[in-house]
Amino acid sequence: MVPEAAGAAGTTAGTASGTTEDAALALGDDALVLSHRLAEWAGHAPALEEEVALANLALDLLGQARTLLTMVGDEDRLAFCRQERAFRNVQLVEQPNGDFAHTIARQLYFSTYQELLWEQLAAGDGPFAPLAAKAGPETAYHRDHAVTWTLRLGDGTRLSRERMQRAVDALWRYTGELTRPVAGLAGVDWAALAAGWAERVGATLRAATLTVPEAPARAVWSAGGGRQGIHTEPFGRLLAEMQHLHRSHPGARW
Amino acid sequence: MHEGVYREFEETIAAGERIEPRDAMPPEYRATLIRQIAQHAHSEIIGMQPEANWITRAPSLRRKAILIAKVQDEAGHGLYLYGAAETLGARRDELLDRLHAGRQKYSSIFNYPTLTWADVGAIGWLVDGAAIVNQVPLCRCSYGPYARAMTRICKEESFHQRQGYELLLALSHGTEEQHEMAQDAVNRWWWPSLMMFGPPDGESPRTERSMAWKIKRHTNDELRQRFVDIVVPQAASLGLTLPDPLLRWNEERGHHDFGPIDWAEFHAVLRGEGPCNAQRLGQRRRAHEEGAWVREAAAAYAARHAARPAGRAA
Repeated sequence: MVPEAAGAAGTTAGTASGTTEDAALALGDDALVLSHRLAEWAGHAPALEEEVALANLALDLLGQARTLLTMVGDEDRLAFCRQERAFRNVQLVEQPNGDFAHTIARQLYFSTYQELLWEQLAAGDGPFAPLAAKAGPETAYHRDHAVTWTLRLGDGTRLSRERMQRAVDALWRYTGELTRPVAGLAGVDWAALAAGWAERVGATLRAATLTVPEAPARAVWSAGGGRQGIHTEPFGRLLAEMQHLHRSHPGARW
Repeated sequence: MHEGVYREFEETIAAGERIEPRDAMPPEYRATLIRQIAQHAHSEIIGMQPEANWITRAPSLRRKAILIAKVQDEAGHGLYLYGAAETLGARRDELLDRLHAGRQKYSSIFNYPTLTWADVGAIGWLVDGAAIVNQVPLCRCSYGPYARAMTRICKEESFHQRQGYELLLALSHGTEEQHEMAQDAVNRWWWPSLMMFGPPDGESPRTERSMAWKIKRHTNDELRQRFVDIVVPQAASLGLTLPDPLLRWNEERGHHDFGPIDWAEFHAVLRGEGPCNAQRLGQRRRAHEEGAWVREAAAAYAARHAARPAGRAA
């Protein structure tokens, strides 16, 4: 059901090796895992409006995840019965929520990537075009929310600027993975996506009076094995919580 | 009590029409409404916690989506209700301060823990069911903004209640373990749900005045009876029992008789001695305190950029 070799093909830049299912799994896992993280905020957000907004993002992403996983197989089997090493999400989305600034930085990075990706996929006629057309406007809203908060926190108080800068810096190492080709995803201009991402994120950070981090050195190991099923330590704990009930009742219907 | 001054108010109430924010109203009417609407709003906000407790463990993606949407709706209901209270001159941040200081209450029901997934269904079916019976008459309450907020809220609550029923139905007809889980949840939530209607009529000091002002339309005991009569056949169609040996149909009254409520427990929960009072209030305070720097940043940004249009990044 989940080809173990799928991720390895992802390092072959620019090719469409891999299948549509491999790509759907990668994009679906991104949305599923980030949705889960955002939903952890329920009841803990800094203002009521943010309870509504963060839940809204979580729901949109969960909807995207369900569409994508259903392209591969049974959504619940895929979400609840795979082990950590079989998940194909980027490491960025599994990062713990941290403080509100970390959540916003993670969202800014991811939504900017996703918006650019949906733009390209919606313009094509591939298997993801219908989803991309629907998810595009949702993702534009997600990015707008993240941009607005990046500005408020970066250009807010001294404390909020410090926290926003710290979050921007801490999560930067996970951003390289976003613009690497996804196996099975044909017709994406990854170089253009990377350039567009750097431009949009850079402009937002500068407008928020923040310093754009330097790109991580490519020569040294930097974060980014998610597409190969190599994750960070917090991810196993996320899955333990997410899958526990489902796995405790094999074969049950809910 | 205010002969003459509030004649128009009295006439509006008598005619069954709505009082609006700019109308003159007796200070006691205003204060009663602020208290009731605020406590209603607080209940929505605290009520997010027992259900949010299960979001990250929801057993299917469909159920997870439903639960996130429900908790989001509750935050939205809190926002409508604080908005309605603000039309009476209250301020949301002050009302929240009163909640955090323990000076204003929220519904006793949310001081009970959600111990299994079935509790999410029991809350939807019983707790939202009780809330609807309580709240539908408020759609005709004399204060316009409250009545309009309740109309919107009741629509969404009915939807949640159906989803809760459907969740329990799936469990009740599932595996033996799932059925037991559902029955256990109903056993634990039944009596606390009956307590949601408040103390018995003889011990509800504010009822009479609220009814005269047409804020309240029915007494606590009338609504509780209505709820029992609605829920008993639903339990039967779920294939679940209600934990009350005295529960039976009374032909003469045309209602169900039911056993005595443990009012000592009710009062203990209201005094803050329920299973989760400290936890619920603690989490609410912590979210508020830990979010202070975020709200301060937003205020500072807004003040700095008030003079010119917000700079939107590319």
